[in-house]
Amino acid sequence: MSEYVTLTIDGVEVKAPVGSTVLEAAKSAGIKIPTLCFLKDINGIGACRMCIVDVGARSFQAACMYPVSEGLKVITNSPKIRETRRVTLELILSSHEKKCLTCVRNRSCELQKLASDFNIKDIRFEGELQNYPIDDLSPSIVRDPNKCILCRRCVSVCKNIQTVSAIETNDRGFNTIISSPFHMPLKDTPCVNCGQCITACPVGALREKSSIEKVWDALSRKDLHVVAQTAPAVRAAIGEEFGYPIGTPVTGKMVAAIKKLGFAKVFDTDTAADLTIMEEGTELVDRIKNSGKLPLITSCSPGWIKFCEHNYPDMLDNLSTCKSPQNMFGALLKSYYAEKMGIDPSKIFVVSIMPCTAKKFEAQRPELASTGYPDVDEVLTTRELAEMIMEAGIDFRNLKDENFDDPMGEATGAGVIFGATGGVMEAALRSLPYFLTGKDDENIDIHVVRGVEGIKEAELEIAGIKVKAAVAHGLGNARMLMDKVKSGEADYHFIEIMACPGGCVCGGGQPIQPASVINEIDLKAERAKAIYQEDKNLSLRRSHHNPRVLKMYEEYFEKPGSHKSHKLLHTHYIARENYPEDKCGQ
Amino acid sequence: MSCGCCCADNKTLELNKIIAKYKDTRGALIPVLHEAQELYGYLPMSVQKKIAEGLNVSLADVYGVVTFYTQFSINPKGKYKINVCLGTACYVKGAGEIFDKISEILKIKNGECTEDGIFSLDACRCVGACGLAPVIMINEDVYGRLTADDIPGIIKKYIDKESDAK
Repeated sequence: MSEYVTLTIDGVEVKAPVGSTVLEAAKSAGIKIPTLCFLKDINGIGACRMCIVDVGARSFQAACMYPVSEGLKVITNSPKIRETRRVTLELILSSHEKKCLTCVRNRSCELQKLASDFNIKDIRFEGELQNYPIDDLSPSIVRDPNKCILCRRCVSVCKNIQTVSAIETNDRGFNTIISSPFHMPLKDTPCVNCGQCITACPVGALREKSSIEKVWDALSRKDLHVVAQTAPAVRAAIGEEFGYPIGTPVTGKMVAAIKKLGFAKVFDTDTAADLTIMEEGTELVDRIKNSGKLPLITSCSPGWIKFCEHNYPDMLDNLSTCKSPQNMFGALLKSYYAEKMGIDPSKIFVVSIMPCTAKKFEAQRPELASTGYPDVDEVLTTRELAEMIMEAGIDFRNLKDENFDDPMGEATGAGVIFGATGGVMEAALRSLPYFLTGKDDENIDIHVVRGVEGIKEAELEIAGIKVKAAVAHGLGNARMLMDKVKSGEADYHFIEIMACPGGCVCGGGQPIQPASVINEIDLKAERAKAIYQEDKNLSLRRSHHNPRVLKMYEEYFEKPGSHKSHKLLHTHYIARENYPEDKCGQ
Repeated sequence: MSCGCCCADNKTLELNKIIAKYKDTRGALIPVLHEAQELYGYLPMSVQKKIAEGLNVSLADVYGVVTFYTQFSINPKGKYKINVCLGTACYVKGAGEIFDKISEILKIKNGECTEDGIFSLDACRCVGACGLAPVIMINEDVYGRLTADDIPGIIKKYIDKESDAK
């Protein structure tokens, strides 16, 4: 059997690999078939029937599932096919809550786009609207089943990519609903708040819990010193909301826009990322030298942390005790910065701008308030920041670039690359020789830990020690890696895990790209380019060279791992039961 | 009436046996759910949770299957299980009114059970007695060619039976 088959699509002869689908074959021949529920590598179940084609069978078949075969004749476009697709679309629309003007996905909705593409001017069917309650009890994610079109993209990403399985397709027929078991609020499930369901959703059925109103309120209060911190992945993607090509870093304009919104100061979370490397690197060296618990696993990703608390409660000691950069920075602002500037910490309002929905949950963790005040007061996603900029009528594209504010403005390239998978590992490896020997080695671009492969492994010899490292992104990959570690099959020193596939650049709070884009390009790789470009442009690229961070130690923390840094920059974790009995509302 | 939640230790042991019996077979979930429902009368969350843990699948998976198939119930069933056929023939012969009448008398909705645990009410698909439409079944008893006016008398029969037993 040859590896390829030849088929005919709309009269065009196409060669396609055995095992591929008609949809893939058509794409390779430049023939477009409309899709809705299909999401490359995530969902291909033929649920929505928009991609139906004529393969000479008794009924039309879904191109996203139908396998190619030798001599197959496919017709993708005929009056009958168009009419069938149209009826299907009208039926989907008939029971959809069509409040487009006030929908969070207005103008970025894939259903709206299809209705426009199909030239739908009238919906012939009046479907029943269910009037489901909206679940907005999670600090991160809001679910509105009234807008849901049952495409199951969210279910698939939650179950197959993240292996969290907090939601499923429940009940049947007209009563079918995507929900958690027993329709529990998401907050009572093992949901880790990663928000991958939001970025997979073609419509407005899933969105982040908005903090915009609270931030506007804080900004209007004269008694508050409202400061912003922005994570590295935000600058790599927010440009997309203002028409820049994917992968364009817009750091200067982003800072300028945030200042225009009325923030007193705009800081770079990357400074805290550098601080994280100082603390975590020291922790790693300590554990290696003093036979501590290994492997040490990174703790920057709050989705990963909650996943670990639910699924590997016996391995919480492997997690680095370092707070995430967001919370380190918050704690710094309400201690070091407050003292230095002579501001009452109760009057400092910290807004962090994150590519992440899980950061909203993290900010509310009660143990993350070591100064006596919450480290972070509110978290905005990249999308929410873009919404605020638009709401304020700021002409983003014509802003003059501005710099982050002092005294914590400077960060190194190592801090920047925290935003992509492998970045925390690379940053740590750039500083590890210094922590072990007091001297840097020549390694600065550590390509082996970069890239979008699910699990990456590296073995580097540093100061006579063979350091074994592994990197996983996406929680399904994390689970695989953790199971290997648990069974004793792997003996790493250091593991980096990020909850979202691709790392923070593809976090659940990032601009939403439609399936038409995600199915064509690797968003993870494209956005990471912006991060690595920014790193390359910086003169300082090792965390322990950051003069601001060194000064912080000199003036305040004394040294990494000191008593004071443990009080302010480190934390602990909680074993969490999946579906605890007291939450079983029966 | 046993609540089937956590107090019935013998049942837990039985459930563990059921899970152990199917644990390593493909497609174990549905047979386990069937036997668990036979054991408990219904499938409360605590039972679904044990099944999920035992078979190493997510609770979301279990719940999705339980709610997809009408033969599984997440609510307890009454001592007398009333099934009202809403198949096509019964429906056109007025089964809807009969269903509403029962619901009104017992003050329970579809899938629910009376507080005293005596009656539960379910709408079901064709029971294969279309000649007798509209049809209801109470446990194994079949009542056919009904009108809504017949309902109070039928229900009373079972209430009397209960008070006699006491």
